Amino acid sequence: MTEKVEAASITPAEKSAGGRARFQSFVRTVGMAPILVLLAIVFQLLSERFLSMQNLSIVAQQASVNMVLAAGMTFVILTGGIDLSVGSILAVSAMVALIVSNLPDLWWLAIPLGIVAGLGFGVINGALVAFLRLPPFIVTLGALTAVRGIARLIGADKTVFNPDLQFAVIGNGAIFGVPWLVVIAFAVILASWFVLRRTVLGVHIYAVGGNEDAARLSGIKVPLVLLFVYGASGALSGLGAVMQAARLYAANGLQLGQSYELDAIAAVILGGTSFVGGIGSIWGTLVGALIIAVLSNGLVLIGISDIWQFIIKGLVIIGAVALDRYRLSGSART
Amino acid sequence: MASTDTTPTALDDTPPVLEMRGIRKTFIGVKALTGVDLTAWSGEIHALMGENGAGKSTLMKILSGAYRADPGGEIRIGGKVAVIDGPLSAKRLGVAVIYQELSLSPNLTVAENIYLGREPSASGMIDRTTMEKGSAPVLERLGADFGPKTLVADLSIAERQLVEIARAVHADARILVMDEPTTALSSRETDRLFSLVRQLKSEGLAIIYISHRMNEVYELADRVSVLRDGAYVGTLARAELSAEHLVKMMVGRDISGFYTKGQGHGHEPGPVMLEVRNYSDGRRVKGVSLEVRAGEVVGLAGLVGSGRTELARLVFGADRRQTGELILEGQRVELHDPRAALATGVAYLTEDRKAQGLFLDMSVHDNVNLAVFGRDARKGGVLDLASAGRRARAAIDALKIRVAGPHVEVGTLSGGNQQKVLLSRLLETAPRVLLLDEPTRGVDIGAKSEIYRLIDQLAARGVAVLVISSELPEVVGIADRVVVMRDGIVAGELDGSPERPITQETIMELATGAETAAA
Repeated sequence: MTEKVEAASITPAEKSAGGRARFQSFVRTVGMAPILVLLAIVFQLLSERFLSMQNLSIVAQQASVNMVLAAGMTFVILTGGIDLSVGSILAVSAMVALIVSNLPDLWWLAIPLGIVAGLGFGVINGALVAFLRLPPFIVTLGALTAVRGIARLIGADKTVFNPDLQFAVIGNGAIFGVPWLVVIAFAVILASWFVLRRTVLGVHIYAVGGNEDAARLSGIKVPLVLLFVYGASGALSGLGAVMQAARLYAANGLQLGQSYELDAIAAVILGGTSFVGGIGSIWGTLVGALIIAVLSNGLVLIGISDIWQFIIKGLVIIGAVALDRYRLSGSART
Repeated sequence: MASTDTTPTALDDTPPVLEMRGIRKTFIGVKALTGVDLTAWSGEIHALMGENGAGKSTLMKILSGAYRADPGGEIRIGGKVAVIDGPLSAKRLGVAVIYQELSLSPNLTVAENIYLGREPSASGMIDRTTMEKGSAPVLERLGADFGPKTLVADLSIAERQLVEIARAVHADARILVMDEPTTALSSRETDRLFSLVRQLKSEGLAIIYISHRMNEVYELADRVSVLRDGAYVGTLARAELSAEHLVKMMVGRDISGFYTKGQGHGHEPGPVMLEVRNYSDGRRVKGVSLEVRAGEVVGLAGLVGSGRTELARLVFGADRRQTGELILEGQRVELHDPRAALATGVAYLTEDRKAQGLFLDMSVHDNVNLAVFGRDARKGGVLDLASAGRRARAAIDALKIRVAGPHVEVGTLSGGNQQKVLLSRLLETAPRVLLLDEPTRGVDIGAKSEIYRLIDQLAARGVAVLVISSELPEVVGIADRVVVMRDGIVAGELDGSPERPITQETIMELATGAETAAA
């Protein structure tokens, strides 16, 4: 109804202000990148091996599964929710993939069925949150336990092996020198960026997280958005499961994916995504996942004991987020 | 202490009971008060007037200790500099506030409420006898026809107000602030309240009386202070009062041409666009029927709680109705949810733009386009950023939204500009019917008149507009026709004919159910 006047020429003042807004969002996106660089320098100084091509490739591989899980977690947290069940869903999907890969005629269904299993559990989470209006924390906490049980159940609580795993190349091979795991992880990040920033669905995800009431009154199908984010998180857990299983040639319903949800959440939060929803970016999550991988790898390289690795990782996560809050306290509301 | 006031009480040597000088208050970047003065004497009824958002409530919240003023100003009570750093210290200094939403505990008795927070106790046990004996004389003096043992839940709104006043009197308040105390009262109850206020005045209290209603101010006030946009405009003594003068002080300029009735859109509306038949939700809306014609601005008036917002949300499909049907341009339609309503051409502006309207962390660009991203999208739901950018820039130009650029976050804008962004989002959906719920709430005067002009232009283009408003001058000033709701039903309709004129008085009569015509 408004008159469609072609915008008048933009004054320099407006341009610089628009530029300032873009710069602010850039700062928010880069966020933790300086911490990542700093960590890399420190580890290089302490070990001299850290910045070798070979070690960086290892770090990227170690980060890859968490990057995929954290991408899904970013969708969920952007709507103001949480998904605690990704580790358990990863376990059950890996079991499905391994069991199917051992069936003589159906082995080619291993990857799709593994991902579909993850998608299915994610959709169940999403349906409970979207249609029954149950709190995401409760729903996925329940799923964390129940799905872990299912993972043990379908493998009769034993480890499933497949020494001739048909898709093992995913976990161990490389293309043009880049490991497949890393290629997949970056493809997921890029696809997530596209969905979040270039599609209607993406804007609606931010809108639901920013103000659910307003989203509904603006004609957004809030339940479908919620169903999508939990479904996506589940499907990406399934993809993570395929990647993990391909590396190990095996899956164990009890141990696989234990506490992976914590690393995924840590990556998202380190990436500057707001826990209440509506603010954040996938690039932040990428940086967050890399920080976690660098820490794990670097601490091992310089010979820190396992116990101290836990303590240091926890403190770095808290410290980095505290620093971020302090740095942004002037410009951004949370 | 040098005061140039020449009120009768200023002649003796007693200092004013309340003196506020240069009070400032800033909320994260927004100046709510920019140096406000207020002086009140014992035995005075001092009216405080100003448009919504002028700073009256903020000033009173500083006086009652709910907010702390920015450093620099000074508050003196009884001539002595007072430090008010919380509700308790305000109470101790003799300040009592009676808010629109009463603050009694309905599950307790009258006596317990009067003594709330200062319960007498005998060896750790609460002493009910003292409480009841202590409250009885105060209640009697104020003319209450209920006893101290009555449960507050059993009292009417007017009676509860009396309990609040009794609590203030019992706590030896010297300054009593009343914030629009007659909003929910019938005319008989209002008369009783007025005589009570005069009694308190004769007993030596200073009463600060906040009201939008000119006639109340005329009847009660000894002096009137006016605030505008957070600044002190001036104080008039009773002899100097005139409606014209007061309005000018509040609005800052002549209001001729401020309201837009019959300016752009004609007096002959088109065919019926929206027809609501027998809508009810089983709670607040009890069988409402009304119609709005194309090119017509219909005001939906009524007291807060009369079911206006609930009705609009039912029509928009935001809540579920129990009965009723909706006819749009002669066709029966079923709007199950806001999505369906927007697709059909019915748009609703929420009364609470921050909680239910805007995405404060998102840009103007995203907020304007949010309801139409899907319509404009290319294949596969990919955003058409070029068209979104055009829409955002066009909206900023058309509605004169004051913002550095389309990518600025909406949360950083002023109330008026935020409201324009929200309006733009509705207008992008090209509605045939606009339901506007308090479209100028918390909006500065300039933006207000622009919103009125916009409503006028939309009506001129054939949009059917229903405006819910609690500001009577606004309803009178912009509506071609007024439907008044009371307790969930349509209490009556005013079409501007000589028999049913649209005035603040006729609307209030219908809204409150007063049977007799106003003088």
